[in-house]
Amino acid sequence: MASEATRYTQEHEWVSPTGDGIVRIGITDYAQQQLGDVVFVQLPDVGEHVAEGATMGEVESTKSVSDLYAPVAGEVVARNEQLDNRPELVNAQPYTDGWMVDIRLEDPAVLERLLDESAYRELLDQG
Amino acid sequence: MPQPRRTPLHEIHEELGASFTEFAGWHMPLRYTGETAEHNAVRNTAGLFDLTHMGEIRISGGQAAEALDYALPANASGIKVGRARYTMLCNAQGGILDDLIVYRTAEREFLIVANAANAAVVSTELAERVRGFDAVHNDVSAEYALLAVQGPKAAAILAPLTPMDLDEVRYFAGYESKVAGCEVLLARTGYTGEDGFELFLSPDDAPSVWRALTDSGAEHDLRPAGLACRDTLRLEAGMPLYGNELSADLTPFHANLGRIVRLDKSADFVGKQALAPVAEKPTERTLVGLRSAGRRAPRHDYRILDADGNEIGVVTSGAPSPTLGHPIAMAYVDRSFSEPGTALQVDIRGKAADVEVVELPFYNRNR
Repeated sequence: MASEATRYTQEHEWVSPTGDGIVRIGITDYAQQQLGDVVFVQLPDVGEHVAEGATMGEVESTKSVSDLYAPVAGEVVARNEQLDNRPELVNAQPYTDGWMVDIRLEDPAVLERLLDESAYRELLDQG
Repeated sequence: MPQPRRTPLHEIHEELGASFTEFAGWHMPLRYTGETAEHNAVRNTAGLFDLTHMGEIRISGGQAAEALDYALPANASGIKVGRARYTMLCNAQGGILDDLIVYRTAEREFLIVANAANAAVVSTELAERVRGFDAVHNDVSAEYALLAVQGPKAAAILAPLTPMDLDEVRYFAGYESKVAGCEVLLARTGYTGEDGFELFLSPDDAPSVWRALTDSGAEHDLRPAGLACRDTLRLEAGMPLYGNELSADLTPFHANLGRIVRLDKSADFVGKQALAPVAEKPTERTLVGLRSAGRRAPRHDYRILDADGNEIGVVTSGAPSPTLGHPIAMAYVDRSFSEPGTALQVDIRGKAADVEVVELPFYNRNR
């Protein structure tokens, strides 16, 4: 998994603070395994404002298509352009090169409401 | 809830790191490494599938052929020993209950292979339909494991393991033989659009035959292949899947498979009265192939729209095609929109995406 400060969601996304009130967001290893081979990732544009829990994109695999939810509210300040041509990075390196967007947090306290690593592991163990 | 059944190859799948899915009451391998790599292996070299979940029913006896002539739209008595036929089980209204492969294993014996999800229905229906004939019905699903080796290298992989001259086994033929010393029904059939073989064998023998195929396949880049890639392989090959392209609400004629309904045979058969008039005039909707220039794939149940936004059809199966590199789909559309080249739109999660009607199959192997 990612760094100690990384938080997780029920929707199997990870949220990792990078400093200056910005978080990097991606999907977890569990999520990419469930999806199968990712063939297309649609991400929001830089500058777009996303609301917590709203759909901000989608991840399409050979088998299915899933919504990408914004785990936190804020402004999109970067998107992983590499995924346009190499969506398979989501499978290969979900916590590093397969990241999806950077968001500037509206409310930095939101991170405290997300799952820490042990809580997320517990969620996975419950199956 | 009953626990899903495990195939005799379950431990091997676990050793190989498979992800499993529950399918029709079975715990089946969905993928091992990744479905795209497995798909490509079947197209370029070979893949090895565990298909033990499929149902098998044996019909035997002096009137086995006559019984099946009545039970199925196929001309069963016209099948030569050692040959197989693709057919369907239809209800009295002509609706499709399942699609099947019927192997004539002896003059008075047939083996019928049904989809896992429909195996119980097929078995019960056949038992009912052969009653009154000199024919015995046996559900032998538990007696068989089923392995499939599919791909351009399939013959090269299988040949060293069997005394059978594979050049003598034509497409849709199947014979009793041995593989790796074990008795099998060796058939040149499949559901991938590639050359390949299906081996029906005792569950006790399945692990050793799997390992023998794996060993023989090592130099040919044989890969274990799961159900996920089986779906994209059959879709590219334009092969229908029950529950998607086929259902009890549709007849074989809707699916452009009217040729399997042998109205010309002398025997009466279940569904004949209902199917005869359907054969006379084109169905309102028909099955077509769609290709998309975009990246998002049309999926099962997505609506198809004409230029004015009217709903004129529905997608039955769709996926990004690993071989072709763009999304493909099969769909039922109003016949007036079914000509190849017709421009249509699919409602992909609220956004209209352009698609074009194309000839099926999407993929044809070099013969």
